[in-house]
Amino acid sequence: MKSKFSLLVIIIFLSFCFVIFYKGINDSNIYSPKITDKKDIPNFEAKDFDSSKYVNSEKIFKDDIFYIVNIWASWCVPCRNEHPLLMRLSNSQLVKLIGVNYKDNLNKAENFINEFGNPYSQIIIDNDGTLSVEFGAYGVPETFVIDKNKKIIRKFIGPINNDILEEIKLIIK
Amino acid sequence: MKILKISMIILLCSGFFHSKSNEKNDQLKSKILKNIRCLICQGQSVYDSESDFASSIKLIVDRKINEGLKEELIYQFLREKYGDWIIYDPKLKKNTYILWLLPLLLFLLGGAIMYKKITVKK
Amino acid sequence: MLINQIGYYSLILGLILSLTLCVVSIKDFNISNQQINQNIFSLSFIQLVLIIISFLSLILSFINSDFSNETVFNNSHTTKPLFYKISGTWGNHEGSLLLWLLVLILFIFIFLIKSKDQPKKYRILTLIFQQVIIIGFFLFVLMTSNPFNYLFPIPKEGLGLNPILQDPALAIHPPILYLGYVGASIIFSASLAAVTQKYVSKEWSQHIKKWVLVSWIFLTLGIMLGSIWAYYELGWGGFWFWDPVENVSLMPWLTLTALLHCIIVLERRSALKSWIIILSIATFTLSMCGTFLVRSGILNSVHTFANDPSRGVFILIFLFVLIILSLAIFFLFHKESDKNFKNFFWLSRETSILINNWFMMYFLSVVLIGTIYPIFLDVVSNEKISVGPPFYHKLMAPFLVIFLLFMSVGPKFKWIKSKIENKNSLIITFFVSVMLTFFIVKNLNTDLLFYTVLISAAFFLFFMTLKELFIKKINDISQTIAHFGFSLLILSILFNSILSSEVITNIKIGEKYSYNKKEIFLKKAIEKKESNFNSIIAHFLIRDENGKIVELKPEIRIYNQPEIVTSEAAIKTTLLKDQFLVMNIVKGNDYFNIRYQVKPFMIWIWISVLLLSFGGIISLLKKKI
Repeated sequence: MKSKFSLLVIIIFLSFCFVIFYKGINDSNIYSPKITDKKDIPNFEAKDFDSSKYVNSEKIFKDDIFYIVNIWASWCVPCRNEHPLLMRLSNSQLVKLIGVNYKDNLNKAENFINEFGNPYSQIIIDNDGTLSVEFGAYGVPETFVIDKNKKIIRKFIGPINNDILEEIKLIIK
Repeated sequence: MKILKISMIILLCSGFFHSKSNEKNDQLKSKILKNIRCLICQGQSVYDSESDFASSIKLIVDRKINEGLKEELIYQFLREKYGDWIIYDPKLKKNTYILWLLPLLLFLLGGAIMYKKITVKK
Repeated sequence: MLINQIGYYSLILGLILSLTLCVVSIKDFNISNQQINQNIFSLSFIQLVLIIISFLSLILSFINSDFSNETVFNNSHTTKPLFYKISGTWGNHEGSLLLWLLVLILFIFIFLIKSKDQPKKYRILTLIFQQVIIIGFFLFVLMTSNPFNYLFPIPKEGLGLNPILQDPALAIHPPILYLGYVGASIIFSASLAAVTQKYVSKEWSQHIKKWVLVSWIFLTLGIMLGSIWAYYELGWGGFWFWDPVENVSLMPWLTLTALLHCIIVLERRSALKSWIIILSIATFTLSMCGTFLVRSGILNSVHTFANDPSRGVFILIFLFVLIILSLAIFFLFHKESDKNFKNFFWLSRETSILINNWFMMYFLSVVLIGTIYPIFLDVVSNEKISVGPPFYHKLMAPFLVIFLLFMSVGPKFKWIKSKIENKNSLIITFFVSVMLTFFIVKNLNTDLLFYTVLISAAFFLFFMTLKELFIKKINDISQTIAHFGFSLLILSILFNSILSSEVITNIKIGEKYSYNKKEIFLKKAIEKKESNFNSIIAHFLIRDENGKIVELKPEIRIYNQPEIVTSEAAIKTTLLKDQFLVMNIVKGNDYFNIRYQVKPFMIWIWISVLLLSFGGIISLLKKKI
């Protein structure tokens, strides 16, 4: 009786383990964080790309409008692919793009903007990558959507594509 | 024997209260960095990695230590930004009760079984 | 081309032989004579030869860089040195499985030869259980990871072996570890066979103890080699990271160590029968689990180099089939006799061995839960957490203290019933350990109370075993040496972690960096071309506070196939300390980023593990146990 009971418990436990492992194999183990709750935008001071003056984050996000924060660098290849999409997005009146120039050479960054166009209403410089950490970023490129309440509501790791562009357009409408 | 015991107790007591651990910032920093996962690497800590992400985190931790933040607060800061995945030291909370307590429970259970087997004679 | 075919077909023949062997064995099982049918030996031998041919043909394909073979194409390159071409054979998934198979078949063959004085039915059953495992692996290799896949058109050049796998320690690490794992498979089959034959007895324990020892020794050495590899090659100066893949190799070691102690109780007191069977099943299951976790890619680890979900599913199913089969056999045939415990007293050798097992199982549960809980949580609630060194240290360190104390006193007890002898000598040794520790730790800048307690316990064991070795007449030298090795291991790990120091700085050629009366000088850097990589070798002169100068030459290698940059640490080992220097290129700058570490007693960690396994070897060689 006792051994039958323990056998039953073991079998249930084993099947549970099996199911868990089976599901575990089929899940990808690439970590993609989700933003489940809205987060405030961080408070920071950063150097402005054009004027080289320090600006406060409150000043950057002062308008009552959606903002897109895009982390980019001239040395980052995927950034080149997503750039035309950002250019398209910048035509919209509903949103302002803020570029965060990540660990870059300023001359090269300027050449990049001159060559491919400037979708950003303002570019701030993140020389050592710490500003990106304040946003909770992993690297370049990365894109954040900020709503009118100044909350980060969505984040996209890696280059944006047409689907993501559509999603962003839906959000800002 | 007695003298030995007493002298030892006195020594130990005096020792523990006198010396306070004044860990330098450097030691604290490397301790913290070892407990942070480099999110873009495979199974490396920030301390062990040379990637862009790791070097940024190193700078941030350095800055936070200089601002006088305690170890726990720095972890808290990173957890808020990146989630629990980034810290190697899981916090005791609702989803980790099993993780922390199950081994201890099993230890007690094992002890109980052993105790019963040895003391209770049929 | 032809070699490929030979390898492939010998594999298939090997599988057919496995099936034949099962049939012949079952037939022979019912014939009541004393000797095993000679055909079984011949068939086993042929199977061994076939698998060796298959393995050799894969090695040959690697040596010849035959890129019509997919495995060779994926993992080799013409410019690789011969040594790494050969070690590349088992450095990849397919080849390593072939090696598993080879060792499985080799071991069962040795088992057959070496067990002539054992009952016939027991031997045949062991063979059948082992063949079931072998068939499983044959199917696994042939269905999901065939090492002889043919590629057409034939590529001109291979993709190359991951450079961090191109290391001497790693070349022998998998084979040694596999010898340990597969040894566990013999214990598994044998214990199941013994259960069905009601043969779990003193005689059986004496016979199986050899296998337990052999796999324990290989597993210990295998883990050590992996650790040495991590220390030299990963270039972070650490040697154990509580990485899931490391944990996975530690788990069977813990159960095997528990088994090693238990088997003595079975031998002396013929007790703990069910527990021994459970441990045998657990050890092999955990070894298989290791293969599953590493190969399926379910874990996030530095060591997961290749993964493929379909393989994971296969091993998972195979693993659970084995577990369920073994449990079924256990519950069907094993009748627990509770009178075993009748004569157990608190102060006795058998109780202290039980306590050892108790702690081993606790350590196992910490490692096991720490390793797989994140997987469970992720699947159940989609939350990701990381479980790393702090978790293991917090849960293990306090228990380690008690464990060490028991370990110092336990072996002093006699069988059945004993009392504490030489109380005074015990107390004095304990005091000396505490005082010594206290004065050492007091002068160090570290957490005093915590380390005093931990190191005292380790010193206590150290002195107790040392006394045993030199003063008393030696009654069980193998055990004393192994325990002495363990105390030395804990001591060196602790002092290593407390006393290590490091400097991280940027340095240019010709520059000097001074700190704490020490000086690091980068004399020059030389570029060099090898067949499979280009390298920059830097010449550093390091002067310590006594003015002693040591030259270190760390290297940066830029491998061509695949193109990966690695840093080769320069390590100067002495008896007292290791000096560890590693450098990195900083993108777009003319200076190097260097990390210089002084790691005291590093070599003693390896020496003590060697001592530990040396204890095992002595026990193995002893004529009478």
